[in-house]
Amino acid sequence: MKGNENPVLSRLWAYAIWAVVLFFVINLFAMIATVVVNSLSTRWLGTWLPPGFTTRWYFSAWKEFQLDDVLVVTFQIAAAVAFLSALLGVPAAYALARRDFPGKKLVMLLFLLPLLVPPFTYGIPLATVLYKSGLGGTMWGVIVANLVPTVPFVVLVLIPFIEQIDPRVEAAARVFGAGTVRLFIYVLVPLLTPGILAAVLLVLMRTMAAFELTFLTSGPGSQTLVVSLYYAVSAAGVRAGQSVDAMAVIYMLTTLIWLLIALRFVNPTQIVARAKQTH
Amino acid sequence: MTSQSIPVAGSGRHERVPLRLRLAQRGIDGVTLLVLPAALFILLLFVYPFLYGMNLSVHPKGGAETVGRFANYARFFSDSFLYDTILTTLWLALPVTIINVVMSIPVAMRVRLMRRQRLLTTILVLPVTLGAVLVAEGLLNYLGPQGWLNRTLITFGLVSSPIRLVHNYWGVFIALIIHSFPFTFLLTLSYVTGIDPSLEQAASTLGAGPRARFRHIILPLLLPGLAITFCLSFVQDFAVFPSAVLLGAPAGPTRVISIAAYQAAFEEYDYSMASAIAMIMGFVQLLIVVAVLTSRGLFYRGPAGGGKG
Repeated sequence: MKGNENPVLSRLWAYAIWAVVLFFVINLFAMIATVVVNSLSTRWLGTWLPPGFTTRWYFSAWKEFQLDDVLVVTFQIAAAVAFLSALLGVPAAYALARRDFPGKKLVMLLFLLPLLVPPFTYGIPLATVLYKSGLGGTMWGVIVANLVPTVPFVVLVLIPFIEQIDPRVEAAARVFGAGTVRLFIYVLVPLLTPGILAAVLLVLMRTMAAFELTFLTSGPGSQTLVVSLYYAVSAAGVRAGQSVDAMAVIYMLTTLIWLLIALRFVNPTQIVARAKQTH
Repeated sequence: MTSQSIPVAGSGRHERVPLRLRLAQRGIDGVTLLVLPAALFILLLFVYPFLYGMNLSVHPKGGAETVGRFANYARFFSDSFLYDTILTTLWLALPVTIINVVMSIPVAMRVRLMRRQRLLTTILVLPVTLGAVLVAEGLLNYLGPQGWLNRTLITFGLVSSPIRLVHNYWGVFIALIIHSFPFTFLLTLSYVTGIDPSLEQAASTLGAGPRARFRHIILPLLLPGLAITFCLSFVQDFAVFPSAVLLGAPAGPTRVISIAAYQAAFEEYDYSMASAIAMIMGFVQLLIVVAVLTSRGLFYRGPAGGGKG
């Protein structure tokens, strides 16, 4: 290959790439649309589109799966996880961003590991410990288990945000006699609001969609929506498919609302690229 | 980075400096202690359960004295129903990860040049947000014998009867692609956009065609990032669970290792065996990750942004 680019070839190459992307996106949307259409259909067998539409599956799913209870539990767990992970994560991120101390690399590794090891691998020993200690199956057990990946996540998301704040602002606050607590409340938290908001929203989203940890540690009264959905799908045949799909749509809506809110504050690549700053 | 040095008159007087100041000089003060709650939490709920599980796995159910310390591991590697799960999982996770990484490079190279990336990245982040359970439920409908995909294929005369894509290997394969391609792609995109475009422009000025620019400029700079991307996606794909149960054949061709671990823990209530399987799972993941990251050491390492760091 030398010098000039072949315009026809590079045009074809570009079209081929866009075709692949388009194929992927079409299939993705068709998959989501099937769920929505099925949840709204009276019955749907062997045709392109169902013969009639109805919303009654939503009411029956709501009652059948006790979705009001499940939703309340889901929001309680997600809110507790978001709050506690910020409470533990923000100070740790501040210390890691501002101080160089012996063993800092080791602490960073400690925070990276729960993000690199998939939930299922550490979830089984964790669930064993939680069941032995009596927390297994309770809401607190689920909250504690979900905090394991989210605390390091908050720390890693916030470190670059804190590094951007001019240390002289803090020094000025210290000169005027602010202790660490006042420094946090009056200087750091207001300056860090965008970062904390992004981190908390991402944690909320992750907790809503986090299946494995909740699945391994939850009991009858502490299932989140996604775990109930899993049980409903795996017991399909017992219940009408439309009813399960109605529940899937409700799950989709609750997750997508958070996604839309989160996208106002974060870049989509941030949702996956969590370990980028560190390697 | 902000640990200021404290002026000490002579090196001989170093001991006279109070402990507090000496610690502060090394970066340990009240602010450093703020890392403790989070670090202790992770030690207590991540490191301790791991060690506990490791210890539990060498205390098998029958008693370590009667059946031997490594009875669980011996059972795993002598029962083909159990040890086959490693191969089954690798047979799913490795092809999917390789396809995803290879596919995401050209797409990321193209999307990098786009001005309105946000719409596409938002669409692609959907499956990551929705999670594996929803993808599995959607694909059960979409790929089924009466689903839209089979209908389309039949309408266009590509196949004469519906192809079977659910409750077998391919269902899980497709679910994994749908679920983890966006993840791989967005990660690759963030690495690709980190490469300074002026490097490529320089190569272009010197007469390098697109293929040469990719091979000699982009690829060497991208490889470290790709290695990380590969590891993160592989580790996720290897732990596949919901789609293997819902979309696959959990008793046969898609009996992955996480199913074996789950069954040991919650169907046989043999936590010791379950911990042993979890340890084996972690070990296989670690093996692949270490293999990939060591081979990364053979490639170029250094800044990918010409000057801006």
